[in-house]
This record gives sequence, structure tokens and C-alpha cells, in this order.
Amino acid sequence: MRIPIALVVALIIAGGPYFVPAAPAATVGPVTDPVGVVKIAKGAPLTIAYWMVVAGPDASLGTDTKRGVEIAIDDRGGKLLGHPIKLIGEDTGCNAEGGQTAATKLAANKAIVAAIGSNCSSEAVPGAPILWKAGIVTVSPSNTAPKLTAADRGPTYDGYLRTAHNDKVQGRVAAEFAWKVLKVKKAATIHDGSPYAEGLQGVFAEVFKKLGGTITAQEAIGPTDTDMRPMLTKIAAGKPELIYYPIFIAAGGFITRQAKEVSGLPQAKLMGADGMFSPDFMKAAGESAVGMYHSSPDLSPEALGPAYKTFLDKHQKKYGEKPLAPFHPHAYDAAKMIFAAVEKVAKKDAAGNTYIGRKALRDALFATKNFKGLTGTLTCDKYGDCADPKIAVYQTLSADPAKWDPGKNPKKVYP
Amino acid sequence: MQRSLMRRFSVVDLYLWAFRIVVLMVVVWGMIGTIMARRYPGDVWIDFVVFGMSQGSIYALIALGYTMVYGILRMINFAHGEVFMSGAYTGYFVAAAFGRSGYLDRNPVVSLLVVLAVAMITSTAIALLLERVAYRPLRRSPRLVPLIAAIGASFFLQYTFRGFFGSGFQAYPEAQMLKGTWVIAGIGILRTQAVVLVASVLMMLGLYAFVMRTKTGTAMRAVSEDREAAALMGIDVDRAIVIAFAVGASMAGAAGFLYAIVFKQVHFFMGFVPGIKAFTAAVLGGIGNIPGAMLGGLFLGLFESVGPILFLEGLGIVAPYQLKDVIAFTMLVMVLIFRPSGIMGERLVAKKA
Repeated sequence: MRIPIALVVALIIAGGPYFVPAAPAATVGPVTDPVGVVKIAKGAPLTIAYWMVVAGPDASLGTDTKRGVEIAIDDRGGKLLGHPIKLIGEDTGCNAEGGQTAATKLAANKAIVAAIGSNCSSEAVPGAPILWKAGIVTVSPSNTAPKLTAADRGPTYDGYLRTAHNDKVQGRVAAEFAWKVLKVKKAATIHDGSPYAEGLQGVFAEVFKKLGGTITAQEAIGPTDTDMRPMLTKIAAGKPELIYYPIFIAAGGFITRQAKEVSGLPQAKLMGADGMFSPDFMKAAGESAVGMYHSSPDLSPEALGPAYKTFLDKHQKKYGEKPLAPFHPHAYDAAKMIFAAVEKVAKKDAAGNTYIGRKALRDALFATKNFKGLTGTLTCDKYGDCADPKIAVYQTLSADPAKWDPGKNPKKVYP
Repeated sequence: MQRSLMRRFSVVDLYLWAFRIVVLMVVVWGMIGTIMARRYPGDVWIDFVVFGMSQGSIYALIALGYTMVYGILRMINFAHGEVFMSGAYTGYFVAAAFGRSGYLDRNPVVSLLVVLAVAMITSTAIALLLERVAYRPLRRSPRLVPLIAAIGASFFLQYTFRGFFGSGFQAYPEAQMLKGTWVIAGIGILRTQAVVLVASVLMMLGLYAFVMRTKTGTAMRAVSEDREAAALMGIDVDRAIVIAFAVGASMAGAAGFLYAIVFKQVHFFMGFVPGIKAFTAAVLGGIGNIPGAMLGGLFLGLFESVGPILFLEGLGIVAPYQLKDVIAFTMLVMVLIFRPSGIMGERLVAKKA
């Protein structure tokens, strides 16, 4: 009897997926793990991946966190359990498509032990489940959107943690600052449709209303829009005293410049957030940035202690400039947390090979407790929120990118 | 009689009529809602219109390049957005040098004109190079081939600029002369936008006169009408095509300069969105038709600025400016359904195609 080849091929294609278990329970060497095991031969490198936005208008955000990771690796002398640490990575572009592409590329690499990223919350929404499906746990240094660690985030995010603050904290500090210190009664918000901006302005608006203030408008733009004047004119009709626009550098620059040109708005105070707390933003906004406020992680010596000073010296020595964005200590902590968890769960055999169970690594990370990091004392909850959040508000005194020195310029004004 | 009536009213016609009525009702409903709410006084509406016109005139200048090349070659030059970008980007280096040396504030008119000239010349040079290298060898091939070549050229230009100047953005320095507003006939108008409006109107008038009044313009129109016949009459077809590319590109370069003085930021990908919008404008006005491109650009800019408020807010949609692009592209779809040749398009398209 002859079986048509086409039928065989069709059967294989149709049946194929059923025969390949998505996450095989594996026993390799001395380790059994329900998700999978990474084996690192003696002397071979231990691979850590970053997925961060290292190109494009928001490159400062990713470059900054990548440097945090690199310094954490240097601090260990580049070695973990006797293996040299190899850092590989992908650019994520600060959008959902970029996050998905980067995560898919990394997921195909079986050597990756753990990942650090992403930067923008929009990238993590599609990206984190892709990585976890491949058994890669990821710690984000700068995703702040509340929904990423919300109780209803679902099991596909089981491999996702963050050392960055949750925007429930940042939005509250920003609203309290606006109400108590600036004493404004009417505010408007703008977001760009990204989970980060939408979530953060939502928290701000909610807290501001609870404090007794009025939200005159909650507008939105597209992240690639350039002409903000019509939208700002619409906002001006509500006569807000403050505009909070926690978006990203390019669009944030356009709004900052154009807000001064729209009749009715030059008196309104402007306030952004950590996503555009960067010298690149000063370039984008030019002189109009002077006087503007930013909510962002508190990086002052009082908040972070002497260890951060040592870190800054290393940073200055290695890269010859001040940090470009506020999330380098969070990245440093994410890397250190991963190293500690790897050391806890890795097993060696007699030949000197290292075995790391993926589920065990994930559980060890979630079990992180009272971990002394640069950003404070980190304890992870069961949804992956590990941060010890400290938020400050800064005011820009000079828009010259060369004078960027967070704490002095922009000057910390609250708390 | 009865049968012919039946034939004329097919199901599709009925559907399209119903669709028209629904769209009209939604638009009218939204407008009534907005106007009844009386949230915006008259001078705010004037602001919306001025913002829209200045954005629209930039679209119009870019759209001219699409429409001229289409008119003469029946080809969409999808690299045109990158021609625009290259002008704006190169102009940045000159502007930044003037800004650093302080020349920009001492001699603002001269230095802005120099930047404009640099932007126009760069764009023209790049477009001519493209025409020679990427399009001319493909002129006798099927129509899809140069189209794909244009998309390739667009990527090539984007990533060349990215390779040379990085993926970040650059910011034009601010000229003191262009800060603030002028009051013209009781209407406060931003200086940058006044410059954009005046400059683009002058350029469009100049272009129209060039195409309609000069010998070269007549030759171009002849080639666009019938290439073979024009060649038989002794018109240098290649020359007419090169001039169409050059003129379209210099308009794009000027648009790049005007865009940069209004928005300041330039980066390697900045040509994509304006390019798509200008293409929309060209189709809106009737592709191949020069006054149509101008009108389409202004119309599109105006709709983007006023539309979200006028149509969407009255319908109770929150944050309507997020849907600005939806309005622009819905308009394109509407025009393609109900008037495929565009607002001003001659009904000659079938014959030419």
C-alpha cells in the first residue's frame, strides 16, 4: 500500500505540536525541574540577557539600565560560580512590537539563564509571557505600569518581576506634590496610549481628585505625533494650572515646547515623570524645559546612602558621564538579585559543570526577602513587585544637557 | 424602464448610499453636539484653523512631489518621505553650526535662508540620484517593479542616515526672531507658523506658474499626458522626468526646513509619518493633479486639527486627539470609495492607467 507523501507531511504538520510538550519537565545531571534545566559546561560562559531600548529617541533609558547591569557584573569580577558572565541583548524600541520581537529572539536562545528588562511597560506586556513560555525569568529595572504586577495579571506573567517602583506610588507622590506644595486646584493629564503613561496619569488623576482637586481633561496623543497644539488648545479651554504628562522623550519634548505657544497655557505648570527624566529630554524640549517638574525615583544621598556614591564613582570612571536616566540602580539591583538567586539554586557535578533549574530559579527570585540593594531593601511579593519605592520631584533649572546632574539640576524639590 | 431601474440600483449601490447617510449622520450629530456644548469661544476655533493650515501646508508641499512624479511616470515614489527627511536632517547641521557661532541670532534672515537652501539642495540631489540609480533602469519594467524599488530606496535612505548620524534625534536651535507671536488682523499667530504659511503659499504659487506658464512646464504636462506622443513632438522625455523629480524634491526639502523650524526635532525615521500623510493628501486631492495636492494637504491638516473636536468630542468620545490619524485615514477611505479620482482629480484616470 502506498501512502501519499503529501498526506504524511500534512499529518506531521498537524500532529507535530501535540508531540512537543511546551515546557518539558527535565532531569539533567543532578537537577530535575518542571520547566527546564540550563546546563553550563565547565569554563563556559553563563549567559544573562538584557532586552532594553538602546536605540532611538528613548535610548538613554536603556543605555542607563544596561550600564547598571554592566557595573553589577564588574563588581563580581565578571564571574559567577566560576563561569564568566556573558551579557547579550536585544533592542526593544519602547513599543509593544519591539518588545515582542526582542523577547521572541531571546526565547530561542536556550543558553540564557535569566533576563533583565524591559524598559517600557508596553514592551513587557507581550514580551514577558514569551520569555516565560521559554522558561526564562525576567526582572525589569524600569517597568512601572501597575497592571504588570496586578493580582489579575494571570499565570503567563509568572516569570516576571521588577525592581522598579509601581506607579501607584509615583502617581500618588506626584499628585500630593501638586496639591500640597504647588497648591494647584485644577490639573489636566496627557498620555500616549502606552500602559505606562495611561496607568500613571490614571493614578495621578485619582489621587488628585481624592485630595480635593479637579481634573479638567485627560487627553491622549499618539507616541509619534508631532503637532500637539490643537490638543493643547483643547486642554487650555479647561484652564488647568498644571499639566501632568508622564510620557516619553520625543512626544514629551513636543508638548513642552508647544505648551508655551498655545494661548491660555503659558502660565500652566508642566510636570513629567521618570520616562523622560534624561539629558536627552532637555535636548528635545530646549529652553522650554526650564522650570518644569518631573516625578522620578529619588536618587539623593539621603535616600540611597553611601553605597550609591561608590556606584556613581564607578559609573563616572567607566563611562565618563553622569547617569542618563533614573533606573541604573534598579538595574544594578536586578542583576544582583539574579546572581544571588542563581548561586542559591545552581548545582555542580563532579566534572565541574553547572546546572540551573528554571522553575527553581524563578521561585528563588520570588522568595527574595530583605535583600540589601542600592535602591533600598528589596522584598518580592507574590506578583513580582520587589521595589523599595522612593519617589522624589525634581525641577529643571537649566536645559543644557551638559549641566545634567540629577539632584542639583534638575534640583530635588520634594520631599 | 423598470428593468433598467433595477439594474442601476444594485445591492452594492444601496449599501453605499446607506453608508453615506450613516457617515453624514454621525458627522452632523458630532458637530451639533460640539457646537451646542459651547466649550470653545471663537478665537479658539481660529487657533485650531491656523494650526491646521500650517501643518497642512507642510503636507501640501510634500504631496506635490508625490503628485508630480505620479503625473509624469504613473509611479508612487515611496522614498519621497525620506527625501523630505534628508533635507531636514542635513539642514540641522548647518543650523546647529550657525546656532553655536551666534550667527543665527545676529543675521537670522540670511542664516535661515542658507539653511533652507541647503535643505532644498540636499533633497534635490538625493532625489536625482535615486531617479538615476533606482528608477530609470526600471522604467520599461512592469509598474510594480519601480514601486518595490522605491520602498527599498526608502529603507536604504533611512538606515543610511541612521548609520551615519545615530538612531537618536537632533534638535534645531531656536532663532530668537521666530519666537513669539505676530498679531495680524486681530489674530495672534505664531511667528513660525506665519513663516510656514507664507513660505509655502509663495512656493506653491511659484510652482504653479512654473508648470503652467513656462516652456519646461508645458513639456512636463505634455509628457504626463502622453509620453510617446510627446517624444515624437521632439520633447526630451528624460529631461522632463528629471525636472519633475527635482522640483518635487526641492519642495520636500523646503517642507523639511519648515517642519524643522516648527517642530525642532529631527531623526532618521521622521519622514515616514509625514510621507504617508502627504501621500494621503495627494490621493485626497486627486493624484497627478498639482492644485489637488495643495488642496488635499491643506484639507488634511485642517481636518486633523479641527476634526477631533468638531466630530468626535460631540459624540462623547474622550481624548479625541488620539484618534487624529483615524480621522485622516478614514477620510482617505471615504474618498477612495465615493470619489476614487480625488477631490480635484480629472476623470481621466482610467484612460491614463
